[in-house]
Amino acid sequence: MPDIHILTIDQVSEGQDLPELHVDVTASTVVLGAIASRDWRPMHHDKDFAVGRNGMKHIFINTPNNAAWFERYITDWTGPMGRLGRITFQMKASVFPGDTMVLSGQVKQVIIDDVGCAWVDLHLAVSVDSKVATGCTARVALPKDKDDNPWTRKGDQWKP
Amino acid sequence: MTDEIPAAVQALIGVPLYDEQTEFDIEMGYVHNTCAAVENGNPLFWDKEVAAAITGGQIAPPTMLSVWFRPHYWAPGASVDRKALQAHFDLKELLNLPEAVVTSNETIFGEPVRIGDTLRVRQTIKSISGIKKTKLGEGRFWVIEVETTNQHGAHVGTDIYTCLGYRRPE
Repeated sequence: MPDIHILTIDQVSEGQDLPELHVDVTASTVVLGAIASRDWRPMHHDKDFAVGRNGMKHIFINTPNNAAWFERYITDWTGPMGRLGRITFQMKASVFPGDTMVLSGQVKQVIIDDVGCAWVDLHLAVSVDSKVATGCTARVALPKDKDDNPWTRKGDQWKP
Repeated sequence: MTDEIPAAVQALIGVPLYDEQTEFDIEMGYVHNTCAAVENGNPLFWDKEVAAAITGGQIAPPTMLSVWFRPHYWAPGASVDRKALQAHFDLKELLNLPEAVVTSNETIFGEPVRIGDTLRVRQTIKSISGIKKTKLGEGRFWVIEVETTNQHGAHVGTDIYTCLGYRRPE
């Protein structure tokens, strides 16, 4: 296997900040995300519809693509051994072409559950102009050491 | 707009709806489209050797869960407008709320979705609020839960959507 980045639970501490990710959003960003997530609704590719029908200022990033951005942000940090258990997000404002979205995050809790799975609880956000557009919490399983692999857990051993 | 939820709508709450199977087997092309759209370089999705070593074979990004049960925009013989999360669009129509947005989304992930899997989903309306005034307009919030299992009957995820259906101010 090639040399890959693997974050283990002993490298994580409560209060730790994740490195920010800055993304300049274009119409292509929005449309690529919508089509990749098979979301054909016109407010994500048709500006006239988004403005005239929805009352928005432009087409905007759709919900599944929001999730994809958060997943990418989380696993950029954890490496491929990081396994998402749960993710929750609230859309407070939409993200439009011309915006620069900033993904940020902080470790809120590090725990080992009753079946020995190591979890990190994260508070994350997509912000535009320093205002949170989407707030997010995520629970991610990490290896306890180099011999542990959260992806092998199933059934009663996986309690997200 | 009256606060009371019509009896026909009330009767839908808690009842499993739209038990459906994905229209195609899970495939890598869509995985790469999604990863490309967000520049996700996770080697699990690009390197078969890494996927074999870590996840026992190629899988899809967990957050693609809802992607797999969105219908194609068009299909031969399909005569009606095809929509994902049909229960959501049913509520818009039944409650006469022409606009709607997803305000929050929670997903709990189970077994990984593997390339070649076929998935089955079931939608359940969990709750509908009274009339609320919001900055978008007057409407109602509703919660829809979508349970997804694979061809082995294993739970692969639960998606919980909170939506606002509304009518824009005159």
